[in-house]
Amino acid sequence: MAGAAAKSTRSPGRGVTEKDAPGAEGARRGDPSGDGAPQGANFTREDELTAYRSMLLIRRFEEKAGQLYGMGFIGGFCHLYIGQEAVVIGMQMAARPGDQVITGYRDHGHMLATGMDPKGVMAELTGRRSGYSKGKGGSMHMFSKEKQFFGGHGIVGAQVPLGTGIAFANRYRDNGAVTLTYFGDGAANQGQVYESFNMAELWKLPVVYVIENNRYAMGTAVTRASAQTDFSKRGASFNIPGEQVDGMDVRAVRAAGERAITFARDGKGPYILEMQTYRYRGHSMSDPAKYRSKEEVQKMREERDCIEMVRKRLLESWKMPEEELKTIDAKVREIVNEAAEFAQHDPEPEPAELWTHVLL
Amino acid sequence: MPRKTMVEAIRDGMDVMMERDDNVVIFGEDVGYFGGVFRATQGLQAKYGKSRCFDTPISELGIVGAAIGMAAYGLRPCVEVQFADYMYPAYDQIVSEAARLRYRSNGDFTCPLVVRMPTGGGISGGQTHSQSPEALFTHVSGLKTVVPSNPKDAKGLLIASIEDPDPVIFLEPKRLYNGPFDGHHDRPITPWSKHELGEVPEGHYRVPLGQAVIRREGAALTVLAYGTMVYVAMAAAAETGVDAEIIDLRSLLPLDLEAIVASVRKTGRCVIVHEATLTSGFGAELSALVQENCFFELEAPVRRVTGWDTPYPHAQEWDYFPGPERVGRAFLEVVSGDQ
Ligand SMILES: Cc1ncc(C[n+]2csc(CCOP(=O)(O)OP(=O)(O)O)c2C)c(N)n1
Ligand SMILES: [Mg+2]
Repeated sequence: MAGAAAKSTRSPGRGVTEKDAPGAEGARRGDPSGDGAPQGANFTREDELTAYRSMLLIRRFEEKAGQLYGMGFIGGFCHLYIGQEAVVIGMQMAARPGDQVITGYRDHGHMLATGMDPKGVMAELTGRRSGYSKGKGGSMHMFSKEKQFFGGHGIVGAQVPLGTGIAFANRYRDNGAVTLTYFGDGAANQGQVYESFNMAELWKLPVVYVIENNRYAMGTAVTRASAQTDFSKRGASFNIPGEQVDGMDVRAVRAAGERAITFARDGKGPYILEMQTYRYRGHSMSDPAKYRSKEEVQKMREERDCIEMVRKRLLESWKMPEEELKTIDAKVREIVNEAAEFAQHDPEPEPAELWTHVLL
Repeated sequence: MPRKTMVEAIRDGMDVMMERDDNVVIFGEDVGYFGGVFRATQGLQAKYGKSRCFDTPISELGIVGAAIGMAAYGLRPCVEVQFADYMYPAYDQIVSEAARLRYRSNGDFTCPLVVRMPTGGGISGGQTHSQSPEALFTHVSGLKTVVPSNPKDAKGLLIASIEDPDPVIFLEPKRLYNGPFDGHHDRPITPWSKHELGEVPEGHYRVPLGQAVIRREGAALTVLAYGTMVYVAMAAAAETGVDAEIIDLRSLLPLDLEAIVASVRKTGRCVIVHEATLTSGFGAELSALVQENCFFELEAPVRRVTGWDTPYPHAQEWDYFPGPERVGRAFLEVVSGDQ
């Protein structure tokens, strides 16, 4: 399944243009079954439901975080994951317990996907004592040993060598785990990424580099910052295999994730997945959005939304009664409302907390 | 005279220098098309073209390293690191290359480079968007380090920095961009348009590096401050009634030792205030200098009020920040000898 056979499938990658929206090709190409399922997806009804529920949780959580920010409950930076949910959920569906996750600052989705408690995440956003970092980390800096989530890192690209080191530890311990190391199209231009690639391949480390190409780094479009816009090729000179994946289609993500994770787990070394995705909201909470058109965003939302696609399949292909989906929606809303309620009422940390965990 | 925000004044300084000198080039992340996250470079690309004001990838090491090469050849790059907290990947280039080029080449090559970086907290930025790393630069021989506290100085200091033949680290306290923030985070801030230091002269002028300025004359004690802490100290003086003489250092290296010594000899007491952490902070250097130069005039131990020796927290930002209350308490203690 893995290896050469899985080597880069999609467009030759002279950058993604508006016409060639992430995954548009995948949808067009379709599979023999006719509903556009990507190769090797084998998505059951249960899978669709799992994906739906998990992606919806992230979407609603992020919407709520946006509201709380607007109301002044959250301060500073807050980077929403809305639009990109299929990436982390597809990957988690491909991973197995014990596999680690590490990412940058657009991290709420990853935390929820690893099973971290929405209450603890939301309370961290509001800077309260029951937050995962007791309020001292904020939106960008949270961790969970229990869920093997290694953060939440505010410095662009800094998590990439860390993920590589975690993979080294996996090999050292021979624990069979794979490290999923996420970073953005912008982060892919940091020098430390390439130092990591070289070491990972040199030492055949079990790491999957998931590049979330949402087409922009802050206000800078990929084509204005990257000489090689096909990110799946970014490991080519180190002989790291890579694929471009329709990151809006959770089935494609899981299928690619399975290939990559299997490859890494089999001791064949690192693997790169370029997830072609899209962020609907601004970079952070203040974003004049002058770098792209409203139409571009609207088109993605209407035509390529990861949650809508699953929803449609559930209703049309799987003939699920709408009522059942509504029940799920209501349940998700309840979880999110509870988290928001909790995060607004949880007390702030004690002043003495300022001094804890600096050094032993 | 037109009044400008600090961001506008900084932009004006770059504009003036781009107009005067073809060698001045400006670049950094989101600097060109987007005009900078704090809008400091807005309009410069439209005015001077993409070869003189442009975007870079997210590659701090590459940005600064390439700028050093350009500077060695004779260009005058003025680059932006979006937040000082992102500087660390570039630190190697700053320390090992920019700061050493003149010395290493026996003066054959110099590095007329300016690296602009917003610093300081107060915007809920947490650990990775609030730091004040000035001491990491002042510790390095071969670098100049400048910290403006108002629009008028910011423009004049930036022009002097761009014209300087050596590498200058230009630290912009981001909490001052819109007005003289004095640490009272629960009160509205006076905009620069209502402040006399918001009056920014047109065209070219310099504020020379290495000249401090007295912001408030006083007899009871000397306050050494820079950036945001100048206004915190002013508020503390007003609120405690302590007759403090407040010196705005403006440039940390070169340092106006003369102004410091003259003031401390007069008042006999000295309080040093900065937002950065205490241990090995720039205040330690200042304190040592005051002790070495004013030992016999000192009537009380030199006192430092700074950020705590912890990372900058997200919550509890105002417990960390050395606000007017903490600074005022130090004033009272130093004056009463009750330390
Ligand atoms: C070292 C460093 N440089 C710059 C920044 C500021 N910054 C934060 S996010 C960002 C854009 C990153 O874009 P990308 O990697 O594509 O991720 P996305 O935001 O699209 O998820 C930038 C420039 C930073 N946090 N760290
Ligand atoms: Mg991006």
